Amino acid sequence: MLENIIELRGVSKSIHDHDILSNVTLEVRNGEFLTLLGPSGCGKTTLLRLISGFEEPTTGTIFIAGKDATGLPPHLRHVHTVFQSYALFPHMTVFDNIAFGLRCKKLSKAEITERVNDALKIVKLEKYTHRKPEQLSGGQQQRVAIARAIVNRPLVLLLDEPLSSLDYRLRKTMQIELKQLQRKLGITFIFVTHDQEEALSMSDRVVIIQDGIIQQVGTPRQVYEDPQNLTVAKFIGEANIFDSEVLAIDGKYLTVGIEGKQRIVKTSRQFTIGQKVHLLVRPEDLRVWGQSEVDDTNDMFPGTVEEVIYKGTTVDLMVRLANNKLVAATEFFDEDDDRLEYTIGEKVWATWLAGWEVALPHEE
Amino acid sequence: MKSDRSFKYFSLSITWFWLVIFSLLPYGLVITASLLHHDSSHLMQLPFTLMNYAGLTNKLYLTIFEKSFYIAGSCTLICLVVGYPFAYLIARMQHRFKNLLILLIIIPFWTSSLIRSYSMIAILKSKGLINTALMWLGIIHQPLPMLFNNFAVISGLIYNLLPFMVLPLLTNIERLDHRLIDAARDLGANRITTFRKIILPLTMPGIISGCILVFLPAMTIFYIPDLLGGAKSILLGNLIQTQFLVTQNWPLGSAMSILLAIILAVLIALYWYSTRGKKEKDLL
Repeated sequence: MLENIIELRGVSKSIHDHDILSNVTLEVRNGEFLTLLGPSGCGKTTLLRLISGFEEPTTGTIFIAGKDATGLPPHLRHVHTVFQSYALFPHMTVFDNIAFGLRCKKLSKAEITERVNDALKIVKLEKYTHRKPEQLSGGQQQRVAIARAIVNRPLVLLLDEPLSSLDYRLRKTMQIELKQLQRKLGITFIFVTHDQEEALSMSDRVVIIQDGIIQQVGTPRQVYEDPQNLTVAKFIGEANIFDSEVLAIDGKYLTVGIEGKQRIVKTSRQFTIGQKVHLLVRPEDLRVWGQSEVDDTNDMFPGTVEEVIYKGTTVDLMVRLANNKLVAATEFFDEDDDRLEYTIGEKVWATWLAGWEVALPHEE
Repeated sequence: MKSDRSFKYFSLSITWFWLVIFSLLPYGLVITASLLHHDSSHLMQLPFTLMNYAGLTNKLYLTIFEKSFYIAGSCTLICLVVGYPFAYLIARMQHRFKNLLILLIIIPFWTSSLIRSYSMIAILKSKGLINTALMWLGIIHQPLPMLFNNFAVISGLIYNLLPFMVLPLLTNIERLDHRLIDAARDLGANRITTFRKIILPLTMPGIISGCILVFLPAMTIFYIPDLLGGAKSILLGNLIQTQFLVTQNWPLGSAMSILLAIILAVLIALYWYSTRGKKEKDLL
């Protein structure tokens, strides 16, 4: 079995001298759930259309199952797409929609019926075989679109923001179903989304794209906990960013100065003394203490609570630090602790556990 | 609330008034006329009779019916074959060019179609534009007989009626979701299959309305066969016109009109039933 089902080598795409994608090199492993994540207009849909064959790269090569697919029209590529709008054929029944690809391959009637029924069973739509798309709900249409693609047993299934038009609850359900479906079928999924939570919860690996450039490829944990640069850090999740300067280096440990205090920071990156760095601290790693709760405030930062948002499982705080910087902190409830009572205007100390921050080179 | 209701009655009664005065009443008159007697001293007279309808089975009239169907049918078919790709290209064009081309289709309507048909004589006659040009180029040595035959009538009809095919098709194709074509291609359909299975069925309403809009006038426009077909080309439209204006046999003319209306109504009803029946089957 091939390890990489799809390979993009130095792929660029420009339209009217405007670069949509620049020098994209990406390897998609066989059987993985890969998510292309980025803000709208970042080029992720174009990347998908390059793989499906609706667009041709300006430069570079795309390999599908080890074969150069450049110039191959969409109907000859063994990849199928679930479109954002589903694009179900309005004049055909659910059955005919799903059978469309098989009929194009001129399979026997018995085989078509069997495979379509199997696909209907997988997406739990057996009862709706003879309905027209207009007689189905959004979620059901979504399932038909998925069934219509997987019935052809594609090498890769491309999904172009397939959940974006569903409501929140249905989207959550479909996320789980899609993930289970992918495991069950063992087909490689390439999933496009601008929703970072969706990307993190569903994927084996996430590709973060911005301005037509791949910023980072990694597991959800890698991109969240160890972002390559500030762009990724800001795009994935909430992040508090502190500007600081390297004062001393001892192997993997840096001594940095922030807001007049010194802290020890662990890093695997190379820095030089005097270099400006960003320190990234996630809100859930930031601890906020009341005045009476702490004695040693050497590596803590004084601030004032500006906003308290109760969210059930957590309390979100906005704290204004002494230098006027606003930081976000998420505090988790603990049964034995009643300290999560904050009032607006309360003076607090903010800090984080050493080693839970990420140091990144300074970017303008 | 009360004024709402009176407005409803007012607007409905205007519609009904219009339909009764300009559609039902005239049709009633034509039906009545078709059931009356005719002789040389009276335009129409009682008692009622079905003789006029019986008279339509005359072999001469049947030939004319048949020929009219043939001419109008060929005209509709050619309009469809020429008009469909034309409409498709325009519908897929950029906005700027699209509006310009639609304008170009509509501009001929600003001149009376009668005048345009006269001008076709100048183009088609034996010393007309086409023959002169072909002879000057040495492609032919004798003028081609292009006027006063079926060719002239069909070209005249196509020239006048093509926009009635293109415009409904254009609106229909414009509404066609391009992503459906992408989806078909993605699922492995080549261009021919995509056209046959997706584009054609989805633009069928446009095709049907275009065909009806071309076929109906093609059956009945009488001045085009008159001008371009010459004396021997008598079609249904001319036949009806002759009954009313030349031989003054209004009952027979009325019977012919009614028969034509029935045939066309049956054609439309057939289409309507075929699509409706399909929908009901799909619901099962």
